[in-house]
Amino acid sequence: MPKVTVDGVEIEVPDGVTALQACEMAGKEIPRFCYHERLSVAGNCRMCLVEVSPGPPKPAASCALPINEGMEIKTDTEMVRNARNGVMEFLLINHPLDCPICDQGGECDLQDQAMAYGRDGSRFHEHKRAVKDKHMGPLVKTIMTRCIHCTRCVRFATEIAGVPELGLLGRGEHAEITTYLEKSLDSELSANVIDLCPVGALTSKPYAFVSRPWELERTESIDVLDAVGAAIRVDSRQTEVLRVLPRLNEDVNEEWLGDKSRYACDALTRQRLDRPYVRRDGKLQEASWDEAFAAIADKVKASSGDRIAAIAGDLCDTESMFALKQLMGALGSSNIDCRQDGAKLPAGSRAAYLMNTGIAGLEDTDAVLLVGTNPRWEAPLVNTRLRKAWLQGGAIIASVGPQTDMSYPVDNLGAGPDTLKSIADGLHPFAETLRNAERPAVIVGMGALARDDGAAVLAAVRALADSCNLVRDGWNGFNVLHTAAARVGGLDIGFVPGEGGRDVAGIVSGAGAGEIDMVFLLGADEIDMSGLGDAFVVYQGHHGDAGAHRADVILPGAAYTEKNGTYVNTEGRVQLARQAVQPPGDARGDWAIVRALSGVLGAGLDYVALGDVRAAMVAANPIFDNVDQVTAADWDDFGEPGEMGTDSFESPVDNYYMTDPISRASETMAECTREFVAGDGGRAGTDG
Amino acid sequence: MPPEERRDGRPHYLVVNADESEPGTCKDREIMRYDPHVLVEGCLIAGFAMGANAAYIYVRGEFYAEASHMQQAIDEAYEAGLIGPNACRSGWDMDVYLHRGAGAYICGEETALLESLEGKKGQPRLKPPFPAACGLYGCPTTVNNVETIAVTPTILRRGSSWFAGFGRENNTGTKIFSISGHVNNPCNVEEEMSIPLKELIEKHAGGVRGGWDNLQAVIPGGSSTPCLSKSICDNILMDFDSLRDHSTGLGTAAVIVIDKSADMIEAIARLSHFYRHESCGQCTPCREGMGWVYRVMKRLVTGDAEIEEIDMLWEVTKQIEGHTICALADGGVWPVQGLIRHFRPEIEERILQRKKGSAPSQAAE
Repeated sequence: MPKVTVDGVEIEVPDGVTALQACEMAGKEIPRFCYHERLSVAGNCRMCLVEVSPGPPKPAASCALPINEGMEIKTDTEMVRNARNGVMEFLLINHPLDCPICDQGGECDLQDQAMAYGRDGSRFHEHKRAVKDKHMGPLVKTIMTRCIHCTRCVRFATEIAGVPELGLLGRGEHAEITTYLEKSLDSELSANVIDLCPVGALTSKPYAFVSRPWELERTESIDVLDAVGAAIRVDSRQTEVLRVLPRLNEDVNEEWLGDKSRYACDALTRQRLDRPYVRRDGKLQEASWDEAFAAIADKVKASSGDRIAAIAGDLCDTESMFALKQLMGALGSSNIDCRQDGAKLPAGSRAAYLMNTGIAGLEDTDAVLLVGTNPRWEAPLVNTRLRKAWLQGGAIIASVGPQTDMSYPVDNLGAGPDTLKSIADGLHPFAETLRNAERPAVIVGMGALARDDGAAVLAAVRALADSCNLVRDGWNGFNVLHTAAARVGGLDIGFVPGEGGRDVAGIVSGAGAGEIDMVFLLGADEIDMSGLGDAFVVYQGHHGDAGAHRADVILPGAAYTEKNGTYVNTEGRVQLARQAVQPPGDARGDWAIVRALSGVLGAGLDYVALGDVRAAMVAANPIFDNVDQVTAADWDDFGEPGEMGTDSFESPVDNYYMTDPISRASETMAECTREFVAGDGGRAGTDG
Repeated sequence: MPPEERRDGRPHYLVVNADESEPGTCKDREIMRYDPHVLVEGCLIAGFAMGANAAYIYVRGEFYAEASHMQQAIDEAYEAGLIGPNACRSGWDMDVYLHRGAGAYICGEETALLESLEGKKGQPRLKPPFPAACGLYGCPTTVNNVETIAVTPTILRRGSSWFAGFGRENNTGTKIFSISGHVNNPCNVEEEMSIPLKELIEKHAGGVRGGWDNLQAVIPGGSSTPCLSKSICDNILMDFDSLRDHSTGLGTAAVIVIDKSADMIEAIARLSHFYRHESCGQCTPCREGMGWVYRVMKRLVTGDAEIEEIDMLWEVTKQIEGHTICALADGGVWPVQGLIRHFRPEIEERILQRKKGSAPSQAAE
């Protein structure tokens, strides 16, 4: 541990840190534009200059300077101040200073640093440079005249996103950041360059001119549009969510966020179910809560417990599922299921449905087998970890299933169960690779499990995990990658068929055959609605999607930004989403709706507040007490070997931008679908 | 090169910098044109000395004929068994590759050259690590100039004390001077270090056009070194220490002679234009500053400026100097500093004349 002196204070720093990091450890703030902790060092903005001795008699860029024993760093001398003032002046001479109309205003690094290092007037009497704006797709708005050439965006695209589509063209004054061919930045992480841009060159296109940062109320929450549970900040003004930004969570999303999670928020004001509806004479008509509940009560009274069923969707908070499970139990029904895609995941064994390695743990793997999954679209932030494992650790990554561009090399071993079996049996050479790896892992996706032979596939992957020794001391390489934010929480509270109960397929076919009278859909939109036959369908949810379309009674619920709720992500991390705005119109929080309905049905749940539901949940399953923690699962027995089919594995996500009722209602996501998925990706900036 | 005991199995590379683009300089071109074999021999010797089995000669893109000559010499050497496997039957394998650049001045900077050689955009790397530790393809690399490599065979043949016998202490050896500009006989000449500038010009270049008294200024070491006024030129010696004492440098030893017929301000403005054009655009002071300097220089040519702007220009050059990744920007502002240092009265005179309405209205380009 070398000792260095920063402004006269001696500190000990870890080996291999840079002067900038040492200064930060000593509590000295170093201004910077190009340097970013998660990107390679460029050293080109020259704002972080410090004086160093021993060394040449000129300031050195601290971001790129390795520490040596006995180094003396001065961060506040005449030389340093002059150098930084000079750099600031150079940055500003060609910067437009259009701060009053710039969306970055108020959260602009250049603006902030200019307060400390800027001059009060300009000495530059020449013409300022103007740069043509570039087309970067429907999410990233460019005003390239503002660009200060820090190349953070270039490094992000190349290093983190794995799409080397951005670069610095030209030389000297004519250097420009561009997408080379004026094509959209084709990455599901593209909007992160907006956060990285220290100035207003790259700003959010959907959020352009919407609001000023100081007008917004900030709520720290959790994203639910995939199963990663990324930490987000919801920025709202009065009743409206205006934008969603990532928050730092090293264990989950680092500081990145997928484009869907960031931009589907415009759908929170579109196609909303804001009042109860009851179907009369074949038409959904507005109703009061009492009328809606009465219509349900009539049907329930006319039926019996075994002829009633409930299905929970992908965005449900765990509390509402827990309350619904209790309600169904009180009504005498064991026909409940939270696996609306039909995934054959057992609720009993927690290790069987978790990403046991952990999301951050994936970085440490050195050999990975992907089974029936396309992590790039199912969970982009899991994909960045895999890319990092490949880029920094040289991990060997192979797949059984869809052959897609994951932003790192993937050896496609085969398409279906045959290949999986041969690896599990040790006949395939990749079995040897996994066995010889120090930290091997398998990631099985819903594309492999949500099918008729899913249970057999799960058993085969389990057999593979055993035969290839994926579970060893301090390491569990068995991973399930979920696509639904509600899934792990639902399995944790046991929202699965009880003794003699029907699963999703059984419920749908039972309803079609007239054996089920009433189906309660808690935000479930992904099932085959046409198969429900004449059953009486109650839909509780927030968006007018497939479920609402089929429903006989609609109970308007709250979207994830409008309620406090517990979610468990794919690695089993219990996290709390927090309410940012009120639900629209008559809509209510979901657990409260279930609670109120239970009163009408005479099956009263005695909860008064959300805390009561949580307390009951914790009593039922203590893992819910460990908020923000992952409770490691025991590697117990699971999996029933069976005959696997021959169909190849397909990813359940065929369009990253539209996977759930919220993103399907989003205008921005529709624009992205047109641009990136509908085969129209080659649109150039000159079009339209 | 790392010492023997610290070597880690990475190959070593010799890179010869033949990207000679400094305005006024044409010494490497001469070697490649007329004596390419000596460079091949130098590569073998230097490669053997530093434990490198491969040498890359990075030739400036515009040097088409020189690159052809060089390639021919390399081919001949291969054919004669002088390089290649078991070069000269010495047991040492030595490959020499020639690579042509694409015409960017910045690729003469050693780390930009390495980037370019690796097939990337020619932008200087951050140092440290220096090429000796982490150079071409991340391996220990020595980058040397053509002149340096080409002189090694002679030094070995005649002994180091012979070579060190030339010049003053700490400034020993011979140097190829490229003398251009307003002299009667522009030429390349290999001379002893520490030769007086006046003697160099009069002995080899036929003297200043119109006689020594017609001399206005001399740029002693290629376009990036600050100019010297005549009074200094009278007595100065051409070596490192002597030139440093007068705030300039030996640079590439390309002596650019400027007589009194030239507009000194316009000449330096032209150099500013060059450096603005050749800035790679990577780091802020150079990218933004060189354009600013050039534009102010352009106005100084016509006198369309205020007297205070001379001081501002000086300050701006000081804000650029020493704050960048590589030395291009330093070389770009030094000529301007030299101009202000030695020709400030002329600049002020022009501004005042312009205010009176009688200044020449020529543009810099």
